[in-house]
Amino acid sequence: MKINHSLPLEYSTHQNQMNILGFWVFLGAEIMLFATLFSGYFTLVNRTGNGPTGADIFEITPILLETMLLLTSSFTIGLAIHAMRLGNKKAMNVYFVLTLLLGLGFLSLEVYEFIHYVHIGAGLQTSAFTAALLTLLGTHGAHVTFGIFWGLFIIGQLKSRGLTPEVANKSFIFSLYWHFLDVVWIFIFSFVYLKGMM
Amino acid sequence: MEFFERFAIPHPSPAIYASMVAIGLTVIAIVAGLTYFKKWGYLWREWLTTVDHKHIGIMYLISALLMLFRGGADAIMIRAQLAVPDNKLLDAQHYNEVFTTHGTVMIIFMAMPFIMAFMNYIVPLQIGARDVAFPRLNALSFWLFFMGAMLINISFVIGGSPDAGWTSYFPLANNEFSESVGTNYYMFALQISGLGTLMTGINMITTILKMRAPGMTLMKMPIFTWSALVTNIIIVFAFPVLTVALIMGTMDRLFATNFFTSTNGGIDMLWANFFWIWGHPEVYILVLPAFGIYSEIISTFSGRNLYGYKSMVGSMLIISFLSFLVWTHHFFTMGQGALTNSIFSITTMAIAVPTGVKIFNWLFTLWRGKIVITTAMLYSLLFIPIFTIGGVTGVMLGMSAADYQYHNTMFLVAHFHMVIIPGVVFGMLAGLHYYWPKMFGFILDEKIGKWTAWIISMSTLLAFMPMFFSGLDGQARRMYTYSESTGFGIWNMISFIGAIGLAIGFVLIVYNIYYSTRYASRDISSDPWDARSLEWATHSPVPEYNFAIVPHVTSTDALWDSKYNNHVLFPGKYEKIHMPNNSGIPFILSCIFFAWGFSFVFGMWIPAIITTIGIFICLGHRSLEKDYGRYISVKEIEETETKLRGV
Repeated sequence: MKINHSLPLEYSTHQNQMNILGFWVFLGAEIMLFATLFSGYFTLVNRTGNGPTGADIFEITPILLETMLLLTSSFTIGLAIHAMRLGNKKAMNVYFVLTLLLGLGFLSLEVYEFIHYVHIGAGLQTSAFTAALLTLLGTHGAHVTFGIFWGLFIIGQLKSRGLTPEVANKSFIFSLYWHFLDVVWIFIFSFVYLKGMM
Repeated sequence: MEFFERFAIPHPSPAIYASMVAIGLTVIAIVAGLTYFKKWGYLWREWLTTVDHKHIGIMYLISALLMLFRGGADAIMIRAQLAVPDNKLLDAQHYNEVFTTHGTVMIIFMAMPFIMAFMNYIVPLQIGARDVAFPRLNALSFWLFFMGAMLINISFVIGGSPDAGWTSYFPLANNEFSESVGTNYYMFALQISGLGTLMTGINMITTILKMRAPGMTLMKMPIFTWSALVTNIIIVFAFPVLTVALIMGTMDRLFATNFFTSTNGGIDMLWANFFWIWGHPEVYILVLPAFGIYSEIISTFSGRNLYGYKSMVGSMLIISFLSFLVWTHHFFTMGQGALTNSIFSITTMAIAVPTGVKIFNWLFTLWRGKIVITTAMLYSLLFIPIFTIGGVTGVMLGMSAADYQYHNTMFLVAHFHMVIIPGVVFGMLAGLHYYWPKMFGFILDEKIGKWTAWIISMSTLLAFMPMFFSGLDGQARRMYTYSESTGFGIWNMISFIGAIGLAIGFVLIVYNIYYSTRYASRDISSDPWDARSLEWATHSPVPEYNFAIVPHVTSTDALWDSKYNNHVLFPGKYEKIHMPNNSGIPFILSCIFFAWGFSFVFGMWIPAIITTIGIFICLGHRSLEKDYGRYISVKEIEETETKLRGV
């Protein structure tokens, strides 16, 4: 395996470069996935049947907290990659753990939010609106859950294998994924919650 | 017993029981054969665990041919049922199941693997690469597709086939109107194989962008590779839409949500929109690689370079863009108003322009070429006029005002068969004959091949031209019978004769494979057609590392230049070659996916949870695994090369 030392570690082999490009293409597919979910949501948003509307069920406090946690986690994963570029394994590790903890905090609030919705009669089966809402949020939440497990595997490998080109590559790709989830959340926050509460 | 009752077929018939017995006997025969000839190890090492793009391509090819016969059997049943008025061969329910599986199998499980076969086998060779970018992902793609195909194929003996049409429109496809688990099978089979297709899309784009031989800029890529690149871009942007639509449809059926219901706010038309936002680009996913193959064949057998290479590339890019802007034309009559219909009419007709550019480019390539008529070339030449009939009737259907007359009639059925059969099937058969010597080291018999090409193309006309007339007379599609007074009888009888002709043609292809395997000469050169691009610059059959030395390229026709213009294709000397290791994980993971899909189809939640965990264990295993591939030494390369040169 040829290693090019003039490039950052995560780009240093040909396979690494291909992995990153492949992941960008995958993110293109993910954009289409969420775009479809969003367009489904916008089509169904006013079709509430006998169920509640968005304005009836959305509460700003937990949503703001979720947003804060996820946006901060995007910042910390950025710091983790910065630390990786500097070769500071310890700082990288700390920021990775911090990112996953913030993600976990986000996720627990979202679980609370879901239970709350079901509790007040806005379950999955209530109306087309609730189905579209919970599917969109659920798909994002499932991505975050998957990301937390993925991140744990990377932390483990960082510990046992050190900062090899392979581990650096995986970490960098993970950071792309995590930033992407943040971008999706910004759209959810703006166009689902804020617009829904207006 | 109650547990097993859910697996019973809702509408049994002697034909289905006979198929059950046939499936059972075939499985026993395969297992016995493998055990008797001690081939289990060979099967596992060379095929089930392979990550070699060439082996995967051949497996796609075999699957496609098998599914061609599966879907073809359905087609014969459809035509036989309609051959005479008031026929009692199939009842309405059985007929619904047959046309649904015919469409689903032919599009998703025949045409898709056929194009995947050639993209897998040919693209890395054409760009001078040793494999695809992610060889193991490639194996996973294949096995996911394969398990999806198996899932839909067991539906008719366990639990019942899907019966809501290959488009599965809601509300017809919801629990109220489609009571059997058939539509669940449809949802999960398409979901699983769709995942595989998406992975291929990512894999191929990365391969083509990052693994081209030195000197091969994007505009020096062979045209088939260009068609593969454009196709895979469409795949990456179209398949996620299907994924979401299938998730929503599945949730409506299994979890009683209200996406596509007519109560509590659901909109059934949302499904139709999502389905065709994927479905129309899917048409171009199928036809563009076929166009690529035609371009290769026509330029090879005209003895000259492809006319209008740049406009070919440009028209494919325009087609890929427009393909996302036309989906509403599939349901002009479903009430979206005159303005929307007009816009989609115009975008639809606009696609005829880049397609026309391609047709004229092929004609100009033939112009003053030294034309050699081989079987592959014959298919390509027959394709142009027959496809044009399909294309022109497509423009007729694209005019929204006139479409009210054609919608849901046999005219439409005639149109899309006249596009897909010459466009995709002829293209794949042409590719089969053209690339067969590269894949297997001998040429398929040309005499049988040409006869077959004529039989298939004339039978296509015989089978589908009458539908234009009966359709304009008002025969609706998907109706299992009609009365004598309608006068449709004669048209349908001619169609039935055409269908039998097609069946004979496809049997002849298999006979040709058998005949040529036994009798064809193995003493052929690695470039039997005097071709132009890199896939013919290596040995036939191709060694596992494809090229002993990475080729250097300066034009679109690198091999031609090396043969006739003193271009040095392989500068330098042998170096050790890095290759990926085999892995059983893609196969095992896909088997778990099969069980996962099956559990969901029947709503068995405990197995569903266990298999979901199994899927994640496989992913975790992949994350922790240390696999850096292996090296082929210079000595080994020298030995292989000497042996393959046959001196």
